[in-house]
Amino acid sequence: MTQPQFIDFYTLMPFLIVTVWACLLLLVDLFIPKDRKGITAVLAALGLVGALTYSVTQVGLASRGFNSMVVLDGFSTFANILLLASGLLGIALSYGYNNRMGINRSEYYTLMLFSVSGMMLMAQATDLIIVFLALELLSIPLYVLAAISRKRDAEEAGVKYFLLGAFASGFVVYGTALIFGATGSTNLADIFFAASSGTSSLLLTIGAALLLVGFGFKVAAVPFHMWTPDVYQGAPTAVTAFMAAGAKIAGFVALFRVFATAFPALSADLTDILWALSALTMIVGNLSAISQTNIKRLFAYSAIAHAGYILMAFVPYGNSEIAPTAIAAGLFYLAAYAVTNFGSWGVVIALETAEGKGLEISDYAGLAKKYPALAIAMTIFMLSFIGFPPTLGMVGKFYLFRSALAGGFPGLAIIGVVTSLISAYYYLRVVVNMYMKEGDPVVEREAWLGFTTTFTAIVTVVVSLVPQFLFLLASTAVLK
Amino acid sequence: MVPVDYYIALSAILFIIGALGVLVRRNPLIVFMSIELMLNAANLAFVAFASVYETFSGQIFVFFVIAVAAAEVAVGLALIVEIFKSRKNINVDDLNSLKG
Repeated sequence: MTQPQFIDFYTLMPFLIVTVWACLLLLVDLFIPKDRKGITAVLAALGLVGALTYSVTQVGLASRGFNSMVVLDGFSTFANILLLASGLLGIALSYGYNNRMGINRSEYYTLMLFSVSGMMLMAQATDLIIVFLALELLSIPLYVLAAISRKRDAEEAGVKYFLLGAFASGFVVYGTALIFGATGSTNLADIFFAASSGTSSLLLTIGAALLLVGFGFKVAAVPFHMWTPDVYQGAPTAVTAFMAAGAKIAGFVALFRVFATAFPALSADLTDILWALSALTMIVGNLSAISQTNIKRLFAYSAIAHAGYILMAFVPYGNSEIAPTAIAAGLFYLAAYAVTNFGSWGVVIALETAEGKGLEISDYAGLAKKYPALAIAMTIFMLSFIGFPPTLGMVGKFYLFRSALAGGFPGLAIIGVVTSLISAYYYLRVVVNMYMKEGDPVVEREAWLGFTTTFTAIVTVVVSLVPQFLFLLASTAVLK
Repeated sequence: MVPVDYYIALSAILFIIGALGVLVRRNPLIVFMSIELMLNAANLAFVAFASVYETFSGQIFVFFVIAVAAAEVAVGLALIVEIFKSRKNINVDDLNSLKG
């Protein structure tokens, strides 16, 4: 039995910082008076900033830890930075929102930290045991967060998310059991060797398919998306924003890691399934969004549609020539989606009132006249979701469609372009409401909210003008 | 000794019963029990495979699954109790205020 070395802990350091900080925060929070829970938010953000700084120092480094159960590489560092930034933006959106909604509970930020730590572990896991633990570590706090306001809708969202999330983890565990049965190991590298040395069996294929079902639930891919609209609508909006970005990034990162390292040998069987999954997700997500009148529900269906676009990057994962650029395109799109996502939810939060009003698209009428800056920001986010220049969404879609064409899937790229055109209809409806209709919207002004929307709007436009920089980062992050 | 195939077959049957239970039962408590059945089906498969390969890692996985299932019970039952307090009814078909 070998003792853990420093390198083991170094590999996991950003994750450890967040976890230990979250445990300490639970304790420290006891001494913070009830009416000043904002301090907890600031402390939680400080922990994330610390982990983020440490993560940045790990750029370009690679190591393995704990008997190759976890790994530090460009891929995990890219994901960690993205996830920590998502956590920070999530806290920034929650800060004022929780006060206004009367849910400024101390557990809130601690749960958020635990969830972020689970997401980070997911990005670093190279053993299916760790993947499963990370999946639960990220999900269980999210079930609580979804229901934390204890309103009727939030409770319903929490129960639905919990039941379907637990159902999905059942698939992940059983899939892992079958993979273990087929290969005798839960380590991704060992599974790869066992699978490519010809022992590829029915058991292994079924196991991989069950894993895909489990992750499909997490990233909200059709036909495993039914929970998404209800949960996104019912949960407190700041939680939804965090969940939409964080859980999606973590789910996709784990999907990329597990399938690209363990199952390239199965790509002949899985590529068609992934193709269908991606196409269905794009089509169903975009078509269902058209008839929505509630903005939270609209964005929920849009989140489903975007999961379909990201899945596109994943279809040629077995082709070792195309896969690196395709996965880089996927990572780029995840980053672009996260930025735009937080900005758009920020605008939704600004218009939401404590009574839960201000969530219909018609409530956005007249926004441009009364609050031109907010309307411009929202327009930028909507254009980015459609994929219209000059925004990050356009660059992201360009990379995705290019990699789909290079991978030999022109049909998928065509479906992507057509569904993007369809999506313009419902995204532009929000813009039309803001600019061309009369209305008297009520807007909450909060410093951190304003900062988040301004910051994400600027990033959406500016980074799209120099996208090579971010794409290069994503390319160096790709798995070997 | 019972051949290992029997264990695997039993675990597959348990998993399918669990998955069907989630899909057809309407009481969240029963749905949740069905999910537990799915997890335990996986545990059985793990232990059976571990004995085939004569390795401990499969059995260790089972402990992790049991621990995580306990954490899920804590959160899940709290949520179900909470919704029962506010609605006096726990049929999943009545959880329909969110739709569209």
